[in-house]
Amino acid sequence: MTAAEVGIPSTRRSWRARWRDPHPRAIRVGPLSTRVDLRTLGVSGVLAAVVVIGLAWSVSVGDFPIPLRDVVGELTGLGGNRASSFIIQTLRLPRALTGLLIGAAFGISGQIFQRMVRNPLASPDILGVSSGAAVGAVLCIVAFAASSTMVTGGALVGAGLSVAAIYLLAIKKGLSSYRLVLIGIGITAMLNAVVAYLLTRAALYDAQRATVWLTGSLNGRGWEYVRPLTIVLGVLIPLSLVLARSLRSIELGDDTAQGLGVGIRRSKLALSLCGAGLAAVATAAAGPVAFVALVAPQIARRLVGDRAIGLVPAGLIGAAIVVFADVLARRLFSPTELPVGVITAVVGAPYLLWLLARSNRIGTGG
Amino acid sequence: MTSEQVGMEPIVTPGAEKPSRLVADHVHLAYEDHLVVDDLSIDIPTGKFTVIVGPNACGKSTLLRALARLLTPKSGSVLLDGEEIRRLPTRTVAQRLGILPQQPISPDGITVTDLVSRGRHPHQRWFRQWSKDDERAVEAALAATAISDLADRSVDELSGGQRQRVWIAMAIAQGTDIMLLDEPTTFLDLTHQIDVLDLLADLNKDNGRTVVCVLHDLNLACRYAHHLVAMKDGAIVARGTPAEVITQETVERVFDLDARIVEDPVSGTPLVVPIGRHHQPVAGTEPGSESDADTNAGTSAVNAS
Repeated sequence: MTAAEVGIPSTRRSWRARWRDPHPRAIRVGPLSTRVDLRTLGVSGVLAAVVVIGLAWSVSVGDFPIPLRDVVGELTGLGGNRASSFIIQTLRLPRALTGLLIGAAFGISGQIFQRMVRNPLASPDILGVSSGAAVGAVLCIVAFAASSTMVTGGALVGAGLSVAAIYLLAIKKGLSSYRLVLIGIGITAMLNAVVAYLLTRAALYDAQRATVWLTGSLNGRGWEYVRPLTIVLGVLIPLSLVLARSLRSIELGDDTAQGLGVGIRRSKLALSLCGAGLAAVATAAAGPVAFVALVAPQIARRLVGDRAIGLVPAGLIGAAIVVFADVLARRLFSPTELPVGVITAVVGAPYLLWLLARSNRIGTGG
Repeated sequence: MTSEQVGMEPIVTPGAEKPSRLVADHVHLAYEDHLVVDDLSIDIPTGKFTVIVGPNACGKSTLLRALARLLTPKSGSVLLDGEEIRRLPTRTVAQRLGILPQQPISPDGITVTDLVSRGRHPHQRWFRQWSKDDERAVEAALAATAISDLADRSVDELSGGQRQRVWIAMAIAQGTDIMLLDEPTTFLDLTHQIDVLDLLADLNKDNGRTVVCVLHDLNLACRYAHHLVAMKDGAIVARGTPAEVITQETVERVFDLDARIVEDPVSGTPLVVPIGRHHQPVAGTEPGSESDADTNAGTSAVNAS
């Protein structure tokens, strides 16, 4: 076989082979060049559409249903009436957008960690970021009966501290997969004990409020959440996308990656901080919405394969999960609203079990 | 350049035409507090096939890791083109020197082309992710290792020998003049060991690449090396051409092994025949009767033809 024949997508390849390995197309303009994986592009397009549909649906349904036509009119600024405008702009849209943003943050964060340490269990839920945030938030609720903005602040501080602890214990001395997961489990267990203690000391109302926070809820999230989230994600997501390029080398092992010119320590540290930061702000905004960070990357992997790093698909899947789960949480036992974390846990846990059972049977990890 | 380096003579291997590009200068290598290599200096001959041999835990892989800047010396320095390797940007090093670790990880389901193309990382930037050069280098690497027809296969499905070819193709795609390999033949059967070493010899001969390789098999090392380095307890015991290094005394000293050295009937390089406790050397292979060994070798070669 001559070199010229290699790399040119042959028409003989079966659809299955093309789906598995679609030969990314090179795009070159002068000195600039990139590669586009058509499968990732296609899947991302469909996912983006699903997220938009979810958003519109979420804004449309409720105790006061708003026809989709009005929703579209209001969102595109072309029409709508006063009453629906108030409900959309003040109540439903910021809530749905918060869900979209935290879902994306959880999805991307999970993807970064799972790819970096090659372990599907390495999601921020398990690494202690969520439980750090939980201690901060519950402390604010129980000890200071704080406002929701303060609770968010407390959660952010707690998440920050637990990230610092993970950094000192697990990352500083060279990051290894098992170490990170085990230390994360240890930190989580310790912090959960603190949360449990705080809850036993709390007044009934505070305890209930704390429990709702701990489940993960989008209730009452307004523009005051959407704006800072947009700004933080606007910085962290592009940064993650740039850093993620080194993941393609990092997953070949530390020595190989360094041999290929990746500053392994700095890259891993930067990626960990981005991933932890995304999880921290998302948790601070809505509580530790269960399983999103764990499940979204796994779904993404099945949809786009392993060639692509898949931060964008994982983020879109996370966003879609939270947006749809929140619609269910609001409407399932209407007028009683459930915290969104209940739905993601009820759907996510069986999925995780199925995943484990299936990978066991095939004999491949995760 | 720091002040200590001013006035340092370029280190030239005796007999080599080109100055050495990769030099270890009085390095002390340790993992945590465990000192593995104590005050070792070596210059790697440019454009030659160098093989490092030695018993287990003699520090040969540690030395290779240090030469590839995967391990920072506790003291002393590794110099690449006269500059301290740990002060050079890792990307710059990666454009000149490639390292294939002993057990690299191939991610689940990765295809051959995808893995080989990851060797292009040091030549890529966020704005230049897949240039024409990248594409050509990957195609050439696949062709050089004769795995072009496996391009779309998943690496998991390949045999050990094929997989090692894929990794070497990745190192070729990296396009470095210096290539370091840590025991590239260890888990392969004899046929594939020869296969891989032939491939490395091709790379050395056809492109003038400097190849440095850690090997276990002394006889294969003798066959392929221009320059053989024998290590024991973190120090170099002997170095030079295989004929200079592999003597009965060196093998005894380095490997604690009683052996006879005969001439390899195929390549004329030294062939180590270990004795062990259960055998006695037969007449004709006694030390000092090398002329007999030569005659025997000559006869068998005639018989074979």
